Amino acid sequence: MSDAATALHHPAVEPAESPLTPESWGKLGMWIFLAGDAVGFGVLLASYGALRAGSVDWPHPAQVLGIQLTALMTFLLICSSVTMVKALENLQASNLPRAKMFVLLTALGGAIFVGLQAYEWTHLIERGLLIFGNPWGATLFGASFYIITGFHGLHVTAGVIYLLTIYRVISRVKDMRYNYMVTEIAGLYWHFVDLVWIMVFTFIYLL
Amino acid sequence: MADSHAKHGPSYMTIFWYLAILTVVEIAVIFLPISRIAIAVMLVSLASAKAAMVALYFMHLRLEVKTLGYIALTPVLIGTLLVLVLLPDTLSAPRQTDAAKKLEAPQH
Repeated sequence: MSDAATALHHPAVEPAESPLTPESWGKLGMWIFLAGDAVGFGVLLASYGALRAGSVDWPHPAQVLGIQLTALMTFLLICSSVTMVKALENLQASNLPRAKMFVLLTALGGAIFVGLQAYEWTHLIERGLLIFGNPWGATLFGASFYIITGFHGLHVTAGVIYLLTIYRVISRVKDMRYNYMVTEIAGLYWHFVDLVWIMVFTFIYLL
Repeated sequence: MADSHAKHGPSYMTIFWYLAILTVVEIAVIFLPISRIAIAVMLVSLASAKAAMVALYFMHLRLEVKTLGYIALTPVLIGTLLVLVLLPDTLSAPRQTDAAKKLEAPQH
């Protein structure tokens, strides 16, 4: 055995690859992407807070936006997170048909969420809340509201497309281990979307 | 696979009910006859608890290696720093409408 080979097998030397997520590099990649994306949302929410704190005629969101619909949307996203983990659970039990059904239900939950957001936006635009106009006070309220909820809505839309793609993949591939891995990575993205909405709901609608 | 250990600890449905109940509590909190600051503190705490539950149980972060947890915590740290950095400017900035009033006042 050469010196290099001996050194490689020495217990004090770490292996060249010691992944944080041994089952898949994709999972680590998704976590890093989500951390970056979370900074993006953090910047938006911090900017919202700074703008609001510097304004005396910032409307009280809970009074002007109405929270019944968004509370329902929050509940819907929480339900979709449960269907997502149920899909994983069924993949682990090699129950592909049920796993596929739960992936579809998750995508459906996301699609309904986007539909409700479109309905909310239409209603608010009709009442005069625009990106450059706000009948209840500070103009920047409209701009920040549409940018933050729009950015999140875009993530949900991307998530629905992602989930439908995963549905197609797990329908075709027979390797259950691979199916579990890709669904778990998609699940991370979906739960992140839910997690961000928890923050958006609190900071934009309730506070 | 992280999920192979997910059976240990609360079930997904238990987490779901916690999240649903905390959402109802959040909505109830905004109607409490207490100061806005107290309401804000309670809402941020409740939202943080919900977000932590999603990350730990649905995203299985509690079963992953610690380094992955540090990656997940990085944006929280950056966000907190960002708020702290913005705080002095935010608190000392002239209020928007006050500035508007000054502009509207007759010039002598």
